[in-house]
Amino acid sequence: MMWLFLASECLFFGGLIAGYLLYRGRSVTGPYPKDVYDIPFTSVSSFILIISSVCMVLALAAIQRGDERGMRVWLFATAALGITFLSGQAYEFTEFYREGLTMKTNLFGTTFFLLTGFHGAHVTVGVLILMSLFVMSLRGRITQEKSLNVELAGLYWHFVDVVWIVIFTLVYLIQQ
Amino acid sequence: MATEYYEQQPVGVGDALRSLRHEAANYRGILSWLATVDHKRIGMMYGVTAFLFFLVGGIEALVIRSQLATPNGSVVNAEQYNQLFTMHGTTMIFMVVMPLSSAFFNLLIPLMIGARDVAFPRLNAFSYWVFLVGALFLNFGWVTGDVPDAGWFGYANLTTKAFSPGHGVDFWLFGLQIMGVASMAAGFNFIVTILNMRAPGMTMFRLPVFVWMTLVTSFLAVLAFPLITVGLFQLFFDRFFAANFFEPVAGGDPLLWQHMFWLFGHPEVYILILPAMGIVSEVLPTFSRKPLFGYPFVVFSGIAIGFMGFGVWAHHMFTVGLGSVANSAFAVSTMLIAVPTGVKIFNWLGTLWGGSISLKPPLLFAVGFIAMFTIGGLTGVTHAVVPSDYQQQDSYYIVAHFHQVLFGGAIFGLFAGVYYWFPKFIGKMLNEKLGIIHFVLMFIGFNLTFQPMMILGLMGMPRRIYTYSEGYGWDLWNMIATAGAFMIAASILVFIINVIVSLNRGEKASADPWDGRTLEWSLPSPVPPYNFAEIPHVQALDDFWHHKYAEDEEGRPLPVVVGAAEEPHEVDVHSIHMPSPSLFPLISSLGFPTIGFGFLYETALVPVGVAILLFGIYGWAIEPAAE
Repeated sequence: MMWLFLASECLFFGGLIAGYLLYRGRSVTGPYPKDVYDIPFTSVSSFILIISSVCMVLALAAIQRGDERGMRVWLFATAALGITFLSGQAYEFTEFYREGLTMKTNLFGTTFFLLTGFHGAHVTVGVLILMSLFVMSLRGRITQEKSLNVELAGLYWHFVDVVWIVIFTLVYLIQQ
Repeated sequence: MATEYYEQQPVGVGDALRSLRHEAANYRGILSWLATVDHKRIGMMYGVTAFLFFLVGGIEALVIRSQLATPNGSVVNAEQYNQLFTMHGTTMIFMVVMPLSSAFFNLLIPLMIGARDVAFPRLNAFSYWVFLVGALFLNFGWVTGDVPDAGWFGYANLTTKAFSPGHGVDFWLFGLQIMGVASMAAGFNFIVTILNMRAPGMTMFRLPVFVWMTLVTSFLAVLAFPLITVGLFQLFFDRFFAANFFEPVAGGDPLLWQHMFWLFGHPEVYILILPAMGIVSEVLPTFSRKPLFGYPFVVFSGIAIGFMGFGVWAHHMFTVGLGSVANSAFAVSTMLIAVPTGVKIFNWLGTLWGGSISLKPPLLFAVGFIAMFTIGGLTGVTHAVVPSDYQQQDSYYIVAHFHQVLFGGAIFGLFAGVYYWFPKFIGKMLNEKLGIIHFVLMFIGFNLTFQPMMILGLMGMPRRIYTYSEGYGWDLWNMIATAGAFMIAASILVFIINVIVSLNRGEKASADPWDGRTLEWSLPSPVPPYNFAEIPHVQALDDFWHHKYAEDEEGRPLPVVVGAAEEPHEVDVHSIHMPSPSLFPLISSLGFPTIGFGFLYETALVPVGVAILLFGIYGWAIEPAAE
């Protein structure tokens, strides 16, 4: 079922990305991508998100061998890195805002903020799920038999990460 | 028992909820309906709700037809007319045909695959409640006077704040978005159910065709709805946050909306028709007393229609200027999709041919479906020819086409299902004579309403005009169409009378009144909560039929002596554990309209709605699924 949900999410992000690509280079006024992007900064936060996926894998491995404490450590790490990524996004968005780019400004602002905004919302939900698993584990409700719950959360988290890789490539790296 | 109750006072939310669930599990009272997770009850709720909206949409249609019966009509003004055709279309598609199909999925899928319920019973209930609140939200404009009026397809940039400043479009936007959540959740649920919960021996190619069509429809829903979700979010951000998706001044393109909408919208029409095709594929064999002709072809055609349905969307956009290359490509793909559809029609005819035909209402509606859908489909092929479509687009010829396939097709097919399965779930037969009268009146009324529209369209009458002058030669055909519409209304009255009379004094239905072929007919009527006392072991397609009949040397059915080979064994049905009822699906669903009202009227409600949704979801996650 998670795979089905992720399939529908592919269509969802696909639609948003298509909107971004369709409108690329068609903004009537600035600021334009090259005016506001800070590729080194965004590269670092992308790297952080990728590392968080590694932590997620370690969390799943821990619970699959019955190590509840280990799982909690790695879940915490995943969530912490996720929050770091989100903070980076928040900083980036406020910088863009200061430089005069909002959803209203032009097509770039509209499509960029909707796409990355929804991605950020998905990461936020992911962080909430991870924190819920953490708290439930403290109450002894996530055991080796229930490792499927962690696996499902992991699938979601990896998906959100992969979507970011696609976005980072198409939106930041490949500019017209 | 009374002393026990007093000794065990609920001591916290958990205990209180548990005692509520125990009460609801008794299947008594309104609480048991609000908290039900039983697929049969959910199916009935979908069916009743959809039928009530059918009456609403039907009244909207009757007002439209009254306005258009004569030239220079004055029943409604232009603004009201726009609201009427918008709401009629939106209602019929999203609040009638789709939920009626969902009703049948819910009632039948677990029974046909030999399961006790769907994979995720609470998610199933959630789908229903979210559908209901979404439908009510969309219609809330009738209360405030802000009725959606930009068409069921909501073309940008008519729908932007500049051109639609009132709340009408907002009700439409949020209502659809909310109902989309319901459809997707149901899609996930049924795919997992069909793939994972089949009884032992029920391989994929022993599934009834209705189950296959449900599977394809569910995949279509899961993959197509995200696209309208994106489009609606883009519109939402344009309207509420001054984004530029559809702002031409900023470089935005109204065509973006059309692409997003029709990328969803075309698969959507296959979502609307495939379930009815599935129903017809079940009814025809039973009333011809023959197996479905070409079962694998019917299944693969359904799958092909599902895939190809994603490749034809721009045939709704031939007249917007996409260019001849794009137009030609979509023209070809559209013509190709007629092929699997035609395959199904020939297989249905092959099923009837040489069969022992029993002209009962389910069969009448199923045959009506074949005839009407074929006509509608043929007109569809004429639209696929691009230069021809240049004349037909936005004329009544298109109106005729889609009513021919959606009413003559889907609605007739769904009524076939109602007459066929009513005895199974209600335990009483619908009156046959009234059923035949319903069919005859509806068939004649339907043709009187929509065949003239083909002529009107070819004579040049445009769509979405609130009136027309004399002198075009349209008057007579419009008058006939209106008369037909009222005849349809009369036929629905007959149906309602039939239901009321049958509920009260209908003949008691046996388990298998039609001598059916599929597993649901092996169960008592009405079906007990746990469905199967013992999960069946399936050995063939139409397994139930083969339990009833062997074949003689010429292939004719020979009844098997009941009980000859099987020893009856006692099953303790009280030891069957069914999923517990839950109020959390309903509670969660209430978050959505709260968020909607928040954006429309009072922003503070938005976090409240989110909180309700989160509370509902967390409660759902933490409570045990069965105890």
